[in-house]
Amino acid sequence: MAESLAIEHETHHPGLQHHFENMEQQREAGALGMWVFLVTEIMFFGGMFFAYTLYRSKYPLEFASASNHLDLTLGTVNTAVLILSSLTMALAVYSAQVGKRRNQIISLVITMVLGLTFLGIKAVEYYDKYRDHLIPGRLIPGNPFSPAGVHLLEGANPQKVEMFYWIYFAMTGMHAIHMIIGVGVLSVILYYSVRGRYGPEYHNPVEVSGLYWHFVDIIWIFLFPLLYLLGRHFEHS
Amino acid sequence: MSEHIVSIKIYLIIALALMVGTAVTVIAGKMDFPGPLNVIIALTIACIKATLVVLYFMHVRYSSKLIWLIFVSALFWMAILFTLTFSDYWTRSWLIK
Repeated sequence: MAESLAIEHETHHPGLQHHFENMEQQREAGALGMWVFLVTEIMFFGGMFFAYTLYRSKYPLEFASASNHLDLTLGTVNTAVLILSSLTMALAVYSAQVGKRRNQIISLVITMVLGLTFLGIKAVEYYDKYRDHLIPGRLIPGNPFSPAGVHLLEGANPQKVEMFYWIYFAMTGMHAIHMIIGVGVLSVILYYSVRGRYGPEYHNPVEVSGLYWHFVDIIWIFLFPLLYLLGRHFEHS
Repeated sequence: MSEHIVSIKIYLIIALALMVGTAVTVIAGKMDFPGPLNVIIALTIACIKATLVVLYFMHVRYSSKLIWLIFVSALFWMAILFTLTFSDYWTRSWLIK
């Protein structure tokens, strides 16, 4: 492998940074660096997951009531959209690994379109919350929070419903910001893909952006049941 | 150790499994199970889905031990965050008695 590379390029691959021994070491170091960053991201979201767990255990009925007001259909569609985008992201990495540039570009474009679809659906959901006066606190002038639109389960205290929406907006908002950053990163990757920078020997940036994209998908995999499904079973009883 | 290329077939199977997992979560979420079973089922499915993404989409199954270690360390620190903070919150009411 190393010998054939040496013959092909006379020296080493142009993508190899001088402080790495070879392409393999560079690739592993890149993936490792991304994983270390993702660990800090897990801890960052972990704090919010903890806040969710604590307040849900304190106000279970209020959380269930508020959760039932979320649009389950839109949430489910968005989950499917994100899973599909993770698949196309994985295919983009695969296409880079096997050197199919056309497929790589197509996969990246589809991934970005799906990412933007997710954000669009999220915006529709946020607008519904705005319309129903469910933006917590007084963040929107003239439209303070009011739990009047939420169908309360028996025994739920309307004053505690707001806490669910603080956590809902903090977590989904932080997730959406990560999605926006992800789409931005992918647009840079797409630019260099079109210019033909990535191939079987050098595709670290595609792979590493893929890791980030899948991580954001995993956060949603947990957010979806915790936020959208926690009180559905009360609706029948 | 050279790079392992996961086949398209495996990616498609994993994506299908994730879709099925989503459908099962929604259906199970609407059913009324006794006690805390609803949340246990939802989180179990979410953990299985996340594991599939980490192992196959993120290639951890084919990665070096070092990346495994980094990933497990994240879970370890999360466990510290939850157990230590909850051991505080859950035991606060004990003092009032």
